[in-house]
Amino acid sequence: MAPMTPCASSSRRRLLQIVGMAGLGLATSRVRAAETSVRFSPLLPGGPDERPLTTAFPQKGPMILQRTRPPLLETPFAVFDKGVFTPNDQFFVRWHLADIPNEVKVDTFRLALHGHVNQPMSLTLGDILALPRVEIAAVNQCSGNSRGYFMPRVAGGEWANGAMGNARWAGVRLKDVLDRAGVKAGAVQVRLNGLDGPVLPATPKFMKSLDIDHARDGEVLIAYEMNGAQLPLVNGFPIRLIVPGWYSTYWIKMLNDIEVLDKPDDNFWMTKAYLIPDTPHASVKPGETGYKMVPINRMVPRSFITNIEPGAKVRVGVPTLARGIAFGGASGVARLDLSADGGSTWQAAQLGPDEGKYSFRQWQTHFAVPAAGQRLLKVRCTNTNGDSQPDVANWNPGGFMRNVIESTQVVVS
Amino acid sequence: MRKTIVASVLGVVTLVVPLSGHAADPAPFTLKSVSVNLPTDSRLFPPGPNVETVNNNCLTCHSAGMVLNQPPLSKTAWEAEVHKMIDAYGAPVQPLDVPLIVAYLDSINGAKSEGSPPMH
Repeated sequence: MAPMTPCASSSRRRLLQIVGMAGLGLATSRVRAAETSVRFSPLLPGGPDERPLTTAFPQKGPMILQRTRPPLLETPFAVFDKGVFTPNDQFFVRWHLADIPNEVKVDTFRLALHGHVNQPMSLTLGDILALPRVEIAAVNQCSGNSRGYFMPRVAGGEWANGAMGNARWAGVRLKDVLDRAGVKAGAVQVRLNGLDGPVLPATPKFMKSLDIDHARDGEVLIAYEMNGAQLPLVNGFPIRLIVPGWYSTYWIKMLNDIEVLDKPDDNFWMTKAYLIPDTPHASVKPGETGYKMVPINRMVPRSFITNIEPGAKVRVGVPTLARGIAFGGASGVARLDLSADGGSTWQAAQLGPDEGKYSFRQWQTHFAVPAAGQRLLKVRCTNTNGDSQPDVANWNPGGFMRNVIESTQVVVS
Repeated sequence: MRKTIVASVLGVVTLVVPLSGHAADPAPFTLKSVSVNLPTDSRLFPPGPNVETVNNNCLTCHSAGMVLNQPPLSKTAWEAEVHKMIDAYGAPVQPLDVPLIVAYLDSINGAKSEGSPPMH
């Protein structure tokens, strides 16, 4: 859909001067291609809210640079106004450990299957491509997407709202791959592991596990295709796990090892990291202690206005188009409501084509404001499970699962 | 189902089993080997007391950017971060260096002087 109003993040040109020394007493300098920086909108409370916009990563277009090594790259928010599928070259990137292969050869790559199985095996990509192909549109969202908006702020990747994306994934069912090896009775979990590794031997390898029934539900995929193309290397080439409706931490990139476990996974990344309070909205009070923690799991509904920037001017009484994206989390989008008066009254928006229950869904509606002044636009997604976004932001020490109703202030005149 | 392997290109004409009701492109899908260079970041931490200790200890596993993008954090929060790097991720930081690193991280937290973020 064509943007109705410009939606580019406020950005300004910045020249980065790179000075290099070449040879004895000889200094050369050159100006690298002009780069821009972006200022998050809305601003991150307390800052810093400016980041470089980088084009330095292979197979990627302009990305917001959160960290170079290991890469943390955020999708510029304007991308989400262009459609429900996020282009591969602007899909967010998040790695935990810095030893990432920069080369993957398709003829020597192997996926190992072992553990509590009848027949341990090593599959080629040809073996995987030969299995029945399935497709699904699904949102991949970082557990800590929007962490930068937590109040009080918490340490971690200080994302704005762009650590998410939606793609049409194609690949094979994890179930079908597991069946090749034959899961033994008594299997409890399936542990997924990728080619990436730590710099230090003492750092725990990044691995995540799914319960055996989840792993075999037919929806969890091993994808070799993303929006009709192979995955960019930094998005997990040649294959990554797709766990529809679940946070991205489980979507193991460069998947090369599957171990079926006969007892619950006790590795660091399942028992110490990515834990949320076992409370409504995973929310606790700052400083609160003594609550139970559980591994993060299903996503929750969210929605965003993508065509109106905070601070935008709106004409009194004139119908104005608002549009954006919504997703239900672990179920589909049932409805999207917009309020043009700070949440006192709500109107239903028109939903765009249904690309599947795990996909972004576009919405749009016109609103009119009868009087001049500052107004808060709010959008609220309700999913087909009946869950909707909360009025008050959740808080937890990890900065996980933010899904408060988003507000956009506009100036009516 | 047909499988072709040509040099380092894998291709397959796939059996289409839509999961969400979408017909798939019938054209064969191929995978091609990838070799890229990931950018490095030689940026050091900004000057300040103990910055050498920070550069020597913190840049092994990650670039400086993420640290410099953190919000104003309390000294206690920075201490927790440093201990997480040691205890959870095995960073070989000498015990005597811990307070030096914490003091540096606390000192570069410029926005903190403007007051902590309000409680929600």
